[in-house]
Amino acid sequence: MSMSATVATLPLSRGLAGQAGRWIEIIGAWLLGVLWILPLLWAIWSAIHPADVQAGFNLFAPLTLQNFAAAWAAAPLDRYMANTIMLVSMVLVAQFVLCTPAAFAFARLRFPGRDTLFAVVLLQLMVTPDLLMVENYQTIGHLGLVDSLPGIALPYLGSAFGIFLLRQTFRTIPQELDDAARLEGLGLLARIWRLYVPLARPTYIAYGLVLVSFHWNNFLWPLVITNSVGVRPITVGLAIFSTNDQGINWSIITAATLISTAPLVVAFLLFQRQFVQSFMRAGIK
Amino acid sequence: MKREAVQGWMLVLPAVVLLAAFTHWPTLQTIWASLQTTAVPGHPSRFAPGQNMQNLWADPVFWQALRNNLVYAGCIIPVTLGLSLSMALVVDRRFPGRGLLRLAYFTPTILPMIAVANIWLYFFTPGYGLIDEVLAPFGLGEWNWFGSTSTALPAIIVIAIWKEAGFYMIFYLAALQTMPPDLREAAALEGASRWTYFRRVVWPLLMPTTLFVCINVAIDAFRLVDQIVVITKGGPDNATTILLYYIYEVGFQYWDTNYAALLTITLLALLGAVAALQFGLLARRVHYR
Repeated sequence: MSMSATVATLPLSRGLAGQAGRWIEIIGAWLLGVLWILPLLWAIWSAIHPADVQAGFNLFAPLTLQNFAAAWAAAPLDRYMANTIMLVSMVLVAQFVLCTPAAFAFARLRFPGRDTLFAVVLLQLMVTPDLLMVENYQTIGHLGLVDSLPGIALPYLGSAFGIFLLRQTFRTIPQELDDAARLEGLGLLARIWRLYVPLARPTYIAYGLVLVSFHWNNFLWPLVITNSVGVRPITVGLAIFSTNDQGINWSIITAATLISTAPLVVAFLLFQRQFVQSFMRAGIK
Repeated sequence: MKREAVQGWMLVLPAVVLLAAFTHWPTLQTIWASLQTTAVPGHPSRFAPGQNMQNLWADPVFWQALRNNLVYAGCIIPVTLGLSLSMALVVDRRFPGRGLLRLAYFTPTILPMIAVANIWLYFFTPGYGLIDEVLAPFGLGEWNWFGSTSTALPAIIVIAIWKEAGFYMIFYLAALQTMPPDLREAAALEGASRWTYFRRVVWPLLMPTTLFVCINVAIDAFRLVDQIVVITKGGPDNATTILLYYIYEVGFQYWDTNYAALLTITLLALLGAVAALQFGLLARRVHYR
């Protein structure tokens, strides 16, 4: 490991020109990094300063947490946040429960029509439910679920992404283990639950993180299907708060924005490594 | 064998039924709906296959949305690809502060697009935003970025790229880290320049990742509308209306659902064509190890 790392960092063309090029590259990378994070820093700066110093950057302006308190008081952010947490948990549990057996069947069982069906399922990777929102809105309307959490969740419960990801993982689990478990007298569901699910744990973590960040951030479909405070997730609530209620009080809007992203950002900073590895794992398999 | 077949179908059925109910079934419904006119008071819906098509052909907003979407995709795809690859190449190697830099590149990815939109709206605000503060000394202050037809779409594109690049950097980074170090060593012994090493060794090996990134960015380029909904509402003068936004507008503001259905079909066909094109163009150049 350390050996390969040393080799990997060897500059290809040594000498002064190579060194200079390397430094220019690093400086360029840092400039891009600063530029990249600047909008976020600017928003944070605005949220922690009083509204009357907003125009004009002043390093020594007084700090305040007043904007956060004002945002919290002005919009039912706690309610929106609770809605989002309930929505995300619902989708997470339902997708795990639905996709696991389907992925197992596609990975390990032989049944007529399997490969065709799998190809048909994979179409959803491109034709995602939000593209079909006009028809899906009517379906949810027929079910009487407009403006309800199940109404937001339903189109996303059967997930081609989840089925595909788990199937690929299940296929890497040695068939001999499965055979041994069968000889022990374990039934189909018991084998899935006690053998496949535990061995696929890293995939479940990856899948879960991708799913949570997707549904925490999802906006357009929840926007069209909800119309009351009791149901709206945080993204929709934030959008409505920023456009309708506030006029242009930027410090309160940026404070509300930071509050609504805080849980995800804190989770990300805590589990940074898992997050990044999860996204990689989810994308590559 | 028989029993296995029954078990197989039982296990896939719940997920497949739900999935089909909100993907395949509505696709068929959309095709059917697009062949009919939308019911308005006094005029019930009727079967008229050519009617929506004619309206589409004569609808200047549709053509503008299509054009905008092609510009949107045409900018987002190559720039995101280039930026994410450059970011990955840089943070793949060791130097002081590498972890921090990775974090800076990746953070926009985890923010909801709505939060991103708010942040950038503020960043771009005439008189308040940092952009104006920076440009003011050059006599370029007080420009309404989202309010003028010439800069609204570019500003929307910048936001999309800001959100996307860090995400795809991760995939390039993953691919770079699986690359055997002896390749670099061998290239160094041969006296190859870094550029040659990149062009002849790294780039071909990255082709599968590039294909993956390309397809996903292309799909995103037809789906990312959240910032448009929040910031410009397709305006000014439809300058930032892209297809999905137009579907949203026609379907949920004008309630012309059957015309929205035809727009949806057009979008799906376009996505299919893009995917097919990329597979055709890139798949031939993918070298799997």
